[in-house]
Amino acid sequence: MSDWIEILKLDHIPRQGARVVELGPAGEATRVAIFRTATDQVYAVKDHCPHRGGPLSQGIVHGGQVTCPMHNWKIDLASGAAVLPDKGCARTYDSKVEDGQIFLRLA
Amino acid sequence: MMKRKLVVVGNGMAGIRAVEELLKLAPELYDITVFGAEPHGNYNRILLSPVLAGEMTLADIVLNDLGWYQDNGITLHVGKKVTKIDRVKRKVIADDGKGNLTEAAYDRLLLATGSTPFILPVAGNDLPGVIAYRDIADTEAMIAAAANHKHAVVIGAGLLGLEAANGLRLRGMDVTVVHVMDWIMERQLDQAGADMLQASLESKGLKFLLGKHTEMLKASPEGRVGAVRFKDGSEIPADLVVMAAGIRPNTALAESAGLHCHRGIVVSDTLQTFDPKIYAVGECAAHRGIAYGLVAPLFEQAKVCANHLAQHGIGRYQGSVTSTKLKVTGVDVFSAGNFSGGDGTEDIVLHDKSGGVYKRLVIEKDKLIGAVLYGDTADGGWYFQLLKEGRDIGAVRDRLMFGDAFANNHVGDAGHAGGSKAAAMADEAEVCGCNGVCKGTIVKAIREHGLFSLEDVRKHTKASSSCGSCTGLVEQILASTIGGAYQAADRSTKPMCGCTDFNHGEVRQAIRSMKLLSMDAAFKALDWRTPDGCASCRPALNYYLISTWPHEAQDDPQSRFINERAHANIQKDGTYSAVPRMWGGLTTPDELRRIADVAEKYQVPTLKVTGGQRIDLLGIKKEDLPGVWKDLGMPSGHAYGKSIRTVKTCVGAEHCRFGTQRSMSMGVELEKMLFGMWSPHKVKLAVSGCPRNCAEAGIKDVGVIGVDSGWELYVAGNGGIKTEVAEFFCKVATREEVLEYSAAFLQLYREEAWYLERTVHWVQRVGLDSIKQRVVDDAEQRKALHQRLLYALQGIVDPWLERTEGVEAHEFQPVRVPADAAHA
Repeated sequence: MSDWIEILKLDHIPRQGARVVELGPAGEATRVAIFRTATDQVYAVKDHCPHRGGPLSQGIVHGGQVTCPMHNWKIDLASGAAVLPDKGCARTYDSKVEDGQIFLRLA
Repeated sequence: MMKRKLVVVGNGMAGIRAVEELLKLAPELYDITVFGAEPHGNYNRILLSPVLAGEMTLADIVLNDLGWYQDNGITLHVGKKVTKIDRVKRKVIADDGKGNLTEAAYDRLLLATGSTPFILPVAGNDLPGVIAYRDIADTEAMIAAAANHKHAVVIGAGLLGLEAANGLRLRGMDVTVVHVMDWIMERQLDQAGADMLQASLESKGLKFLLGKHTEMLKASPEGRVGAVRFKDGSEIPADLVVMAAGIRPNTALAESAGLHCHRGIVVSDTLQTFDPKIYAVGECAAHRGIAYGLVAPLFEQAKVCANHLAQHGIGRYQGSVTSTKLKVTGVDVFSAGNFSGGDGTEDIVLHDKSGGVYKRLVIEKDKLIGAVLYGDTADGGWYFQLLKEGRDIGAVRDRLMFGDAFANNHVGDAGHAGGSKAAAMADEAEVCGCNGVCKGTIVKAIREHGLFSLEDVRKHTKASSSCGSCTGLVEQILASTIGGAYQAADRSTKPMCGCTDFNHGEVRQAIRSMKLLSMDAAFKALDWRTPDGCASCRPALNYYLISTWPHEAQDDPQSRFINERAHANIQKDGTYSAVPRMWGGLTTPDELRRIADVAEKYQVPTLKVTGGQRIDLLGIKKEDLPGVWKDLGMPSGHAYGKSIRTVKTCVGAEHCRFGTQRSMSMGVELEKMLFGMWSPHKVKLAVSGCPRNCAEAGIKDVGVIGVDSGWELYVAGNGGIKTEVAEFFCKVATREEVLEYSAAFLQLYREEAWYLERTVHWVQRVGLDSIKQRVVDDAEQRKALHQRLLYALQGIVDPWLERTEGVEAHEFQPVRVPADAAHA
């Protein structure tokens, strides 16, 4: 059994940008930010900064990191970890791209 | 490929700082081997004085523990002294003192051998109990002596000697400071300042013998030092003698290898010795004839040296202007530059003997060239900056003595107070009101992580990293914690961010002269260290590109902060606020009805009248924004941008019985002219119809005040963090002139200011006179500036209208994965 679900096309996210995916019923959905870097790497991270819950999807993406728009914490997209000297970690999800289609694994 | 080999001789602050800088630039380039004569990792030598005074422990002052060397793959040889450099075979040979030799081959060699204390050539200078003050061993010897002996004599009343004397006194010894000159710290202080310092130290229990020449050190019956005898025949008892009569660059090794030395190992602007494979930094190096003994210049050298070692080759060291602070708790002394005066110089002096304050500023041709401060050193950093930048102080000369806050009209500046304020603050006292950081947290971070700069403190504690109003206070805490190692931040030469060595001015210049039109072109041409910049440099670069090359450079939405990308203001809960434009603060029943309808339809929780005379709809879901804009049918108010915000107006001659000019329509005209203008920071205007100035034009970037005979223009006011009163710019007769002068001033600001620099800071940096010359006095230039602004704004469309028509739709639509799929 595969847990991979189809989310959206890679083209639908700008390079150095993100889209939010809402999982679950409206009102109590989990928001996951899907990031696309300048080199077309795709990462899925919970849209919730470990600092004060800022929406990471709204941040500026640079290299493999995003800077939270609230208080400028930098989060490593691959691990979800805050870049030192800040400490904390955002949840990450497995993602993959096949034929220009982004998949997300929820487990 | 084999890695290249770098050998560093000297495990002190300069050498290891160079290694740290190198690791940042090129972590994989070299196999690094470090030799250190002392049996420790790198520690902060400057903080030996607080250790001696019992205010810190040795553990507190370690900068790099042994784990750091391991983690970075550095081979460390401690307790081994390099005795020979074989320049032909490119290797060094070290001796551990027991006859065991260690060899290390190098491709590049870095000498950071520091200095050795000068030991007076007098009889008895080798007796037990006679020491210098240089390293951990000396400090431990002093602490041990203080436990068992009574009389200490410190020879030399320089910075180091006084700190040693103070520490020994605090440890209970009876301390006499002996000095050959007529006053103490003569290299840093003039006599008046020195006398006050001496009196203050005497009140702490130190004794001074000035103008005394030491003849010999006499032994006690136990064979230890027992007394100091002077050339005038007098004698004083001494169980401990500390030689603090100066340092000499340690050049013995370099000289034995045939490297050219003259008052140090002679180095070029790239810190290379006469053998280009061999570099030298720190106290052992002589650059343009000067060997520096303070830490700030050494760090600058380390940075340039690392840049060269990393084969970047774009750094040059051009010498340093240094400043001094004495680290004796409770005594504030600061000096910088040339304070002895001379022909063509003038002094401004404030001398309050019983108040314990002395300040002397030395001025030459409207430039500050030297400063001595005693008792109140709060403005040391500011004076130092004026001095280093060689800024024209003509305009503030009459207020210069009273400091930055007074000279620059900072009213109620939360971040500024007397120098003793930082030191006297309780650890629990809040310093940064934005991030809730107290003094104790900052001091702890400085000590634990060995921080030296404002930037470091910001990174580690977040203090001063939001609104910046506490920057002055944080700098003072930094200065009082690390003393002489502190170097005031200098934005004019500071790199934009960690991605580059270029500063804002250089980047702007390059974009203009090389005609760079895209982010990628800028990264390539300027050799950016990161592939696509960071959240700090990208918005700045994007602004520089589009403001320098309007209609040609590409705007990059992904390099804009979210507010400018979404054209609304993000709020703490991730919702947005929207402020529709109301030209000049004027609205209509129809607009108000639409706002009311939108608020109900989209369940907008908060409606608020803003300070800019318009209405803010707060708490809108991002996906609702395009619908809100469509239903409002009003243009964007740009309340979210580094851009034109509003033009605030009073009622004016249209209705007001006092009004002399029609301020509302003037404001609307100005606002329509400037619609859609991006700028280095936000820009606010106001127009008042008479000198009663109900539109508060005195605190706006451009303030216009109607008078009977025309209009007065004021510029560079600011009502924010620091209230700054706008300065009178000029008086004009017609409405057309108001438009032209305002546009020209703002266009110059757009072309010259650095990103995130408000008009007030730009005007302070370049000087109001230089701006007036170009905008007020030079009609041709004014008209050209005006035209350039109009050209840049040609064809600007309302971003809200565009987005209701589907532009950037992806920005606003989330992707929904229904519950059943999510649980599949």
